[in-house]
Amino acid sequence: MVNKSNKVLNTNITNLVNKDYQYGFSTEIEKDIIEKGLSEKTVELISTKKNEPKFLLNFRLKAFSKWKEMKEIEWSNLKFPQINYQDIIYYSAPKLQTKIKDLNEIDPELLKTFEKLGISLTEQKRLTNVAIDAVFDSVSIVTTFQEELNEYGIIFSSISEAIHNYPEMIEKYLGSVVPIGDNYFSALNSAVFTDGSFCYIPKNTVCPLDLSTYFRINDPKSGQFERTLIIADNNSKVNYLEGCTAPQYDTNQLHAAIVELIALEDASINYSTVQNWYGGDSNGIGGIYNFVTKRGLCAGKNSTISWTQVETGSSITWKYPSCLLVGENTKGEFYSVALTNNYQQADTGTKMIHIGKSSRSRIISKGISAGKSKNSYRGLVSSTNKAFASRNYSQCDSLLIGNLSNANTFPIISVQNSTTRIEHEASTSKIGEEQIFYFLQRGICLEKAVELMISGFCREVFKKLPLEFAAEADKLLSLKLEGSVG
Amino acid sequence: MNKNNPLLEIKELKASINENTILNNLNLTVNKGEIHAIMGPNGSGKSTFSKVVAGHPAYSVLKGDILFKGLSILELSPEERSHLGIFLAFQYPIEIPGVSNEDFLRLAYNSKQQFYNKPEVDPIEFLEIISQKLEFVNMSPIFLNRNVNEGFSGGEKKKNEILQMILLDSELSILDETDSGLDIDALKIISNGINKFMNKDKSIILITHYQRLLDYINPTYVHVMQDGKIIKTGSFGLAKELEDKGYEWLK
Repeated sequence: MVNKSNKVLNTNITNLVNKDYQYGFSTEIEKDIIEKGLSEKTVELISTKKNEPKFLLNFRLKAFSKWKEMKEIEWSNLKFPQINYQDIIYYSAPKLQTKIKDLNEIDPELLKTFEKLGISLTEQKRLTNVAIDAVFDSVSIVTTFQEELNEYGIIFSSISEAIHNYPEMIEKYLGSVVPIGDNYFSALNSAVFTDGSFCYIPKNTVCPLDLSTYFRINDPKSGQFERTLIIADNNSKVNYLEGCTAPQYDTNQLHAAIVELIALEDASINYSTVQNWYGGDSNGIGGIYNFVTKRGLCAGKNSTISWTQVETGSSITWKYPSCLLVGENTKGEFYSVALTNNYQQADTGTKMIHIGKSSRSRIISKGISAGKSKNSYRGLVSSTNKAFASRNYSQCDSLLIGNLSNANTFPIISVQNSTTRIEHEASTSKIGEEQIFYFLQRGICLEKAVELMISGFCREVFKKLPLEFAAEADKLLSLKLEGSVG
Repeated sequence: MNKNNPLLEIKELKASINENTILNNLNLTVNKGEIHAIMGPNGSGKSTFSKVVAGHPAYSVLKGDILFKGLSILELSPEERSHLGIFLAFQYPIEIPGVSNEDFLRLAYNSKQQFYNKPEVDPIEFLEIISQKLEFVNMSPIFLNRNVNEGFSGGEKKKNEILQMILLDSELSILDETDSGLDIDALKIISNGINKFMNKDKSIILITHYQRLLDYINPTYVHVMQDGKIIKTGSFGLAKELEDKGYEWLK
């Protein structure tokens, strides 16, 4: 006699999406670390440690005083306990003698860490077609292929280096797309950011390599506040990739980043993210709080900024990669897959602000919620009175797995120009018991069935990822979805 | 007909869903080469029977046994039962958005290949295999590129079920109301496909409400199911009688 019930299948699906986090290890390393807590002194200390020019200290102090006056955002569809900002360490760096010129000077533990993450920094093994800036806790460890890129006039370095080598450019562009007081977390980041990547592509240059930053949070008590600034000069083109992981701790770590993109005339920037921060365990304990402000400015005419993101990690994701379409005939794109499981919460989406004539934007958002997770799309499409003949197409699809997950869509459309055309489509579907049984009856196992349905659901977004990233994203999703089939 | 060659044997089967007993003391033997029609009023347990044989996890078997080729299959998963040769054509075929029919069919085919340690076929080889099968049910290759059953008409969905049965070359096929919702042309095409597929090594169980399907597919036996068990068995003539008199006279 057999006694199988509904529960069996539900449990099977749940097991399937509960594969353990494989990047949860931590690294023992000698650190240069400051006392936890945040005050004007902390901000000054970070600036001193990094030996920064005066303008930057002023930038930070201004941000800090703004932040003190601001309140945490309340409008999001996220629930989490009050963050104690005095209980966070704002600077944690692996002890390094001086600026690394030779990879042999890097602590082998660090190299091993990145090796384990599948990111090889050593000469022999590194990817031949991607230049990587590796960020560990608060600082950038090394940037590969710098010299090779230099021959093209391309600057690719940690933002700390750029602050020393190209202060005029930093002073001009830093905070120009995401103002200091844009939101609570942008003010916090502007006050205490420690590192990140900087990239400048000169006129008429197609960047010959994909550029990439890999972020690793290691220290349990430290927050990561990184800052990325990418400038594509006239008629240039660059693909940028971002990856992130963190060890498995039962406390929550804060990650509040800012990414600013600037595309001048005829320039094009593709920015792709595969976000796999630790998302907490099956009871919702631990995981990264990910509060990120990403914004691109299509300043010059005919410029394009395209955001592609695959969000699978973090306990909380709060993130709206956006485009300011200022130039004439500019184009903004947002392709997103957000997968939440267990008690993860994601409130993510985009803003497309049409200012220039004939500006176009396209939003494809795919949300997958499993377990008891909460997945929200939040979007703003607006066109000002000058945005003649601007167009937007949005498509927001949600996929529910199991009976306890939650999907929401909050689209806002604001149009002030009668020649603007906006289309919005949305759908919600569910991987149900009957669908699964249909696959099983045809001899297809549960894992393959779910994989096929998920990859079908995400196809439109995955095909936008650069080749080497698409494979990684596929792997990542199936890691999250593959597992013990009971 | 070889009476000593049973493909499916159902013995005193009692099965329930959500603690409601649906099948009670069901007995049925289907030999190779036979076509059995199961008729009966709504709610008599016909669809439950098909799902229990296929191993739907929502149903619990409380008593009795199901033997396939002489071995109990109660402990086997739905996919194992499928690999062994049990096929269920769904009364309401499921739509699967985002998954192309071709990928779905190939995966089903390759899963079976894998189970029998045979080489999996690549998409080009598969296209050749499936193209021949499409002719059985007069289906256009366009349906391969569309998502599984999504936006298919009632008739197209049923054709797609029969296509899968033919592709997987199942030995025992249970067709749950495959004739419902079909116009007369589609009914002819589907019946034709089923007849061509049938041979002395296979068995088919037709679950139906109407005699008209049996005009095209000749059943060996006609059973009447009521309250979860078979209350009467006869030949094609029984179906005609039921069409005239309804089920009440059996009581």
